[in-house]
Amino acid sequence: MSSLVFLIPLALVLGGAALAAFFWSLRNGQYDDLQGAAERIFLDPDADRAGAGFRDTGPADPSRPG
Amino acid sequence: MSTDTPANDLAVREELRLASRALGQGLYQTELSVPGVHCAGCIRAVENGLIQLPGIEHVRVNLSTKRASVRWRGATPPDLLQALERLGFPGHLSEAEDGRKDPELGRLIRALAVAGFAAMNIMLLSVSVWSGADAATRQAFHWISAALALPSLLYSGRIFFLSAWSALRHGRTNMDVPISVGVCLAFALSLYDTVHNEPHAYFDAAASLIFFLLIGRTLDHLMRERARAVVRGLVRLAPRGATVLRDDGRRDYLPLGEIEPGMRLALAAGDRIPVDGVIESGVSDLDCAIATGESAPQQVQAGSVVRAGTLNLSGPLTIIASVRAEASFLAEMVRLMEAAENGRARYRRLADRAARLYSPVVHAAAFMTCLGWMVASGDWHRAITVAIAVLIITCPCALGLAVPIVQVVAARRLFENGIMVRDGSAFERLTEIDTVVFDKTGTLTLGKPRLLNADAIAPETLSIAAAIAERSSHPLSRAIAASRPGADAALSDVREYPGLGIEAWLEGSLYRLGRAGWALGESGETSESATVLSSDGRLAARFSFADAERPQARAAIDNLRVHGLRLEVLSGDTPAAAQATASSLGIDNVAGGLLPAQKLGHLDALAAQGRRVLMVGDGLNDAPALVAAHVSMAPASAADIGRNAADFVFLRDGLDAVPVALGVSRAAGRLVRQNFALAIAYNAIALPIAIAGYVTPLIAALAMSLSSVIVVANALRLGSGRLRARGASSSRARAGDFRPALESGR
Repeated sequence: MSSLVFLIPLALVLGGAALAAFFWSLRNGQYDDLQGAAERIFLDPDADRAGAGFRDTGPADPSRPG
Repeated sequence: MSTDTPANDLAVREELRLASRALGQGLYQTELSVPGVHCAGCIRAVENGLIQLPGIEHVRVNLSTKRASVRWRGATPPDLLQALERLGFPGHLSEAEDGRKDPELGRLIRALAVAGFAAMNIMLLSVSVWSGADAATRQAFHWISAALALPSLLYSGRIFFLSAWSALRHGRTNMDVPISVGVCLAFALSLYDTVHNEPHAYFDAAASLIFFLLIGRTLDHLMRERARAVVRGLVRLAPRGATVLRDDGRRDYLPLGEIEPGMRLALAAGDRIPVDGVIESGVSDLDCAIATGESAPQQVQAGSVVRAGTLNLSGPLTIIASVRAEASFLAEMVRLMEAAENGRARYRRLADRAARLYSPVVHAAAFMTCLGWMVASGDWHRAITVAIAVLIITCPCALGLAVPIVQVVAARRLFENGIMVRDGSAFERLTEIDTVVFDKTGTLTLGKPRLLNADAIAPETLSIAAAIAERSSHPLSRAIAASRPGADAALSDVREYPGLGIEAWLEGSLYRLGRAGWALGESGETSESATVLSSDGRLAARFSFADAERPQARAAIDNLRVHGLRLEVLSGDTPAAAQATASSLGIDNVAGGLLPAQKLGHLDALAAQGRRVLMVGDGLNDAPALVAAHVSMAPASAADIGRNAADFVFLRDGLDAVPVALGVSRAAGRLVRQNFALAIAYNAIALPIAIAGYVTPLIAALAMSLSSVIVVANALRLGSGRLRARGASSSRARAGDFRPALESGR
C-alpha cells in the first residue's frame, strides 16, 4: 500500500516528462517533414556539403521565425 | 523563365528578390515549390545541386510539402529557377507565407497529446478501482483522477467548448453542444461524488471521450491540410509583377500592386500578361485558353487589347497597362465569385443535421429520466446521477467519429488516385448530384493541340517539319514535333518570326513552317491562317489540328451516363468547336461562346430547376461557375483561382478522376449511413440501460470504446475490396506523381 505513495506520482511524472518531450519536439519542427525524414535515412550525411545543411535541423528549419 | 535575354533575366531575378524574406545581416530566404521531388535521390539532387551555386548558404528540401527553402546572401539573387530547371526539377516561387506552420493543427495536436496523457493515466487508476480497491485507495485515486481530468478538460476540451459556444450564440446547435454538456456534467457529477465519498466517478469517461473525439477532429484537419498543401504547391499561373519601361529608358521590376494605368510593360515570350492593356508594339500569339476557354492561339499586334492571365507565346511585346491589377479581368472574376458565394445557401453538413435532431432528443431523454426518478424514488441525488449517466452514455462519441473517419479514409483512397479533396462535406455533396457540367478547353480536352492528319503527310516531309518545329515553343510547333519525336535534319539559319512562323535552310532550299499567308507568299492561298510547310514558297504540307481529348474522356463520360447523370458542355470557345468536342464524346447539351457571367447564369438556372450540379472546369472564366455549382472539380492545370474554388482537384491527366471521385464518394456515403445506423443501434441498446439506472462507470467506458472501435473498423472497410481493385487499375504511376500537372501548366 505504502508503495503506491511514491509509485503513482512517479508514473505521473514519467508520463508528464514524455508529454513535455513531445511538446518540445513538436515546437522544434521534428514533425514538419515526416515523408522526407523517412527517405533521408538513405542519404549519406558525410558525402557532401549539402549534407552539412540537413544535419543542422534546429535553427535551419524554414518555418521557424528568425 | 526559359528565354535568356538580359532583360528577362533581370525580371526573373527581381521577381525572386520580391518573393524572398530578409533574415537580416544580408541573408535572404526563398521558398521554392518543387513538385517533382518524390524520393531521397531527388532530395539529394536538389540540395547538392543548389548548394553549389555561388552565394547559397543553406538548402533544405521538405518532401511532404514538395518545397525547398534556400538561404542566400549577396546583392543579386542566384538564379534558382534556372538551376532547378537544369537539375531536372523545374520549380517555381511559392508564397513566403505558405511556409508557415498551420496554427490550428498545432493546437489540435497539443490538445490531443494532453487528452491522451490524461485519459491513459485516469484509465489506469480506474481499472484499479473497478477491480476492487479498498475505500481509502479508491478515494485517493478519484482525487488524482480529478486532478488529471481538470487540466485536460480545460486545455483539450476548449476546442469543443468554443465551437459549441459559437454555435449556441448564433442560435444554432452542432455536435459539439451535446459533447460539451455531457463532458462538463460528467466531470461536475464525479467531482461532487468524490467530495461526498461515493463509490462511482466518471472521470475516465470525460477524459477518454475528449481523447477519442479529438482523434477524429485531428484526422479531419490533417486530410484537408494535406490537400491544401498539395494544391498550393502546384504551378502558379498569375505573375507576381512585371518589368516596367520608364520614359528615361530604365527598366524596373514592379510588383503587381504598383502597376498604374499608362505604364509601359515589357513582356517576353512565355510570360503571362499581368494586367489588362493595349499592345504598343510587337507581334505575337496569345494563348487565351485559361482566361476565356478559346483553344486556338490568337494573333495580336500593335493596338490589340490583351487580357490579364493570357499567355504570350511567340514574340516580345510592349503593352500599355489600361487598368490597375485590382480592376483586371482576374479581379472581375473574383467579384463574380463572391457574388456567387453569397447567393449560394450554405450547405449544412450531415453531422450537423444529425446533431440538430440528436441533441434535443438526448437532452429531453435525460430531463425526462430525471423527472421520472424524482417521482419514483423522491431521491434527487439519485435522479440527477441517473440523468447524467444518460447524457454520458449517449454522448455522441461514435457519432462524432462516424463521419470524419470515413472521410479521412475516402480522402486517402482518392489521394492514391491523384485526387485532392479540399473539404470533407464535398463527399456528401458529390453523392447528391444529378447533372455534370463540363468546360471544354482544358477540361474535356487537354488544352493542347494535337496534329490530326499526320498519316496523310509524306513521312520525309513530316520529318523536316518536325525538325523545324522542334526549335519553337509555340503550341502548334510542339504538336508537330510530338508527332515525330527525335526528328533531326541538318538545318541552318533557323529564325522564328513572332506571329508568323519559323523558317530554316535545308540543302539549299528555304523551308517555312507557319501561317499560310506568310509561308506561301502571295501565291493565292485561300485560308491564310492555316498552318503549312512550304519549300521555296511552294506548298509542301498542310497541317490540321484539334485539341487533344483528355485520356479516358470517352470512358469517363460513358461511365457517368450509365449512372444516369445528365451531361452538359458549357464552353467559352466558339460554338462550332464546343459542338465538335461534345458530339465526339456523345454529349447532347452544348452551349458555346459563353461569357463567364453567362456560365454562372446557366448554373443558377439549373439550380432553380432543383438540379444539383457537379461543375468540372479549369479556366479563369470557369471560376465563378465552380463556386456556384453544388460541388466542383478542377484539373491541376487549372488557373490558381479555379483550383482554389474547386472542391476536388485532380493531379493526373485522365478524366477518369470524375467517375473515380463519384464512386468513392458514393461508397463513403454508404459507410457514413451505416455508421450512423450503428451509432443509433448502440444508443437504442444503451439508452434503456442508462434510464433504468444500471450504468456504472465500467459499463459506460466499455460501451463507448466498443462503439468507437466498431465505427472506425467499419470505415476502414472502404480501403479494401472492390474499390481497391479499381484504384489499382487506374493508377498509372505512384501516388505522388505530379509531373503531368507540371507539364500541362507550362
